[in-house]
Amino acid sequence: MEKDPKNIIDEVTQSEYKYGFFTDIEMDTAPKGLNEDIIRFISLKKNEPQWLLEFRLDAYRKWLGMTEPTWAHLHHPPINYQDIIYYAAPKRKKELSSLDEVDPELLDTFKKLGISLEEQKRLSGVAVDAVIDSVSVKTTFSDTLEKKGILFCSFSDAVQKYPDLVKQYMGSVVPSDDNYFAALNSAVFTDGSFCYIPKGVRCPVELSTYFRINAANTGQFERTLIIGDEGSYVSYMEGCTAPMRDENQLHAAIVEIIALKDAQVKYSTVQNWYPGNKKGEGGIYNFVTKRGICKGNNSKISWTQVETGSAITWKYPSVVLMGDNSVGEFYSVAVTNNYQQADTGSKMIHLGKNTKSTIISKGISAGYSNNSYRGLVKMTKRAENSRNFSQCDSLLLGDKCGAHTWPYIKTENKSSIVEHEATTSKISDDQLYYCNQRGISTENAIGLIVNGYAREVLKQLPMEFAVEAQKLLAVSLEGSVG
Amino acid sequence: MLVIKNLRVAINGKEILKGVNLEVKPGEVHAIMGPNGTGKSTLASVIAGRDVYDITEGEIYFMGKDLTELSVEERASEGIFLGFQYPVEIPGVSITNFMRTAVNEQRKYKGLDPMPAGEFLAKMEEKKKLLDIQAKLANRSVNEGFSGGEKKKNEIFQMAMLEPKLAILDETDSGLDIDALKIVANGVNMLRRPDNAFLVITHYQRLLDYIVPDIVHVLYDGMIVRTGGKELAIELEEKGYEWIKAGLV
Ligand SMILES: Nc1ncnc2c1ncn2[C@@H]1O[C@H](COP(=O)(O)OP(=O)(O)O)[C@@H](O)[C@H]1O
Ligand SMILES: [Mg+2]
Repeated sequence: MEKDPKNIIDEVTQSEYKYGFFTDIEMDTAPKGLNEDIIRFISLKKNEPQWLLEFRLDAYRKWLGMTEPTWAHLHHPPINYQDIIYYAAPKRKKELSSLDEVDPELLDTFKKLGISLEEQKRLSGVAVDAVIDSVSVKTTFSDTLEKKGILFCSFSDAVQKYPDLVKQYMGSVVPSDDNYFAALNSAVFTDGSFCYIPKGVRCPVELSTYFRINAANTGQFERTLIIGDEGSYVSYMEGCTAPMRDENQLHAAIVEIIALKDAQVKYSTVQNWYPGNKKGEGGIYNFVTKRGICKGNNSKISWTQVETGSAITWKYPSVVLMGDNSVGEFYSVAVTNNYQQADTGSKMIHLGKNTKSTIISKGISAGYSNNSYRGLVKMTKRAENSRNFSQCDSLLLGDKCGAHTWPYIKTENKSSIVEHEATTSKISDDQLYYCNQRGISTENAIGLIVNGYAREVLKQLPMEFAVEAQKLLAVSLEGSVG
Repeated sequence: MLVIKNLRVAINGKEILKGVNLEVKPGEVHAIMGPNGTGKSTLASVIAGRDVYDITEGEIYFMGKDLTELSVEERASEGIFLGFQYPVEIPGVSITNFMRTAVNEQRKYKGLDPMPAGEFLAKMEEKKKLLDIQAKLANRSVNEGFSGGEKKKNEIFQMAMLEPKLAILDETDSGLDIDALKIVANGVNMLRRPDNAFLVITHYQRLLDYIVPDIVHVLYDGMIVRTGGKELAIELEEKGYEWIKAGLV
């Protein structure tokens, strides 16, 4: 029988703190399950200040009173939150001595993506030659940033080195009780990235976690905080096109972005977590909360995402347009194949005057998959003369897959304009035949057509990402037709 | 080069080609004429390998190979090009990207490495000049928003890029004004070589003023009812298809 959530909270908060079990700080891994002791253990392991432990415990207590959302167009067996290990010390991956030891299927995908041999070694944990050791590259990179006063480090380091900034901004965009998965993350997050761009500084390089020194394997409950101070600019890249495997099935990340006056933050994601096999077995459940706030006037936040992985994707990168004349953008390509499910979209909350938002969403479904766009555009009373344009397109490959669009629009003032367009299309036999007649195989023709269809989004990606992302789209849809 | 023997083709049980015989040798230009709905596009599609048609009888050989055993893309890489009567739009795919993919897939089929980017772009420039195509066309999406004339020019441009052994042009002249027609014809004439051949499908004699055929066939109701020299086209233009019909009765 289910307990009344309020009682649970009381029970939990009033109970005596049973520390004993976890005094062994040398332990590398916490036992399965979630309770306050585990949270204290995580916090202790990370040598966190008291306020952060309180933040975690508060989030945990709220989480206990919440229920998993069921409104998304997603189906999965119930998640047993007591069957998860919430803390494992970042392990060094077992070093392999050559690529011959790597899973041939993985190597095959690397090859199709055109990933260089050295990069393949790095990604699959093969010991790399000292000459091209990436540590030296990373150090040069850090020096460049340091000269500009840019702070870029792991979230854990930031807690130690810049506690004031973390305390000020963490949870200010995504409150710990924002939603079920955000509460869970706030209670148990292990690591992630932190980035602060000082006033008037234009970050001269694309920031990516790849260049973060000591980047640990923190895929499961990742937490990222990006602060663009007044007049600053940064372009941030998350993820990589290489297939990412993780033994943890549940992922619940949080990304918070704060753009102060005249600041611009561009956030690009390529998400390629393990999607499960062709029968729909296995694969990552990815429940992500990403939100930015255009806090100052004339600020701008852009989200660009290419989502090809995960068995389940639940993700709505959003922008709160608080400053006058601020701009929010969301560009998305979501591919689902086999039995993958994606419920993704964006929220644009217009609070300031003359604010502008754009949503371009391209869903591509194949196999038996389900691909949904879900979005909210809200024009509040104060957001006079604001505009939104949304374009939500679906492309279907085959007739066993599904595409759905749920656009919600709320307008509380008369001077704002919201435009919404939606299309559903298929790749026609005539298009495939035309490509075939030029010598292009059906598989490559699909890749070409799909990339053309997604071009508006792909061109938003930084150059480093764009070429790889194009190949990734084609590879993700392999075997989907014919 | 191309040998077709007693070809019978049906679609959904309806017979469209009723025993076609045709031989095209290297260096030749053949014209196929005939009224609408007589099976000209069907013949082109069957040579190209579109799978909606049933070959109920007969043979098609190309360079000694049985074409019925090859897929559409294999036939293309063997050197068969079809200029479509109605070219399809591929949104978001630039002509440059489309052609680079096509050229490199055909090279791969032949066991060659991809063409270096510099060489490819130089070739694009050369062929664009040949066909008087504006530079910006290459950056536009394949056939998207093209006028009828632009679509046909684009087909000829692709032919020039792919350098096929046998080019089949299906009513490339329809919808073209006289200037565009001259450019298209000029392109074909410049690409004529002793080792390649053309099969020009047309409804009107007009195109044949500019692309002078060696042999003219008249296709009528699924059969080649007459074959002759270029005079046949002129005679046909003067007397109309009624003349052919009358001769059959
Ligand atoms: N896909 C199809 N399905 C059914 N009938 C077809 C199809 N394609 C062509 N036909 C029929 O085959 C006949 C020949 O057509 P076509 O080869 O296009 O002639 P032409 O090119 O000489 O005008 C016509 O009667 C046409 O209606
Ligand atoms: Mg026709």
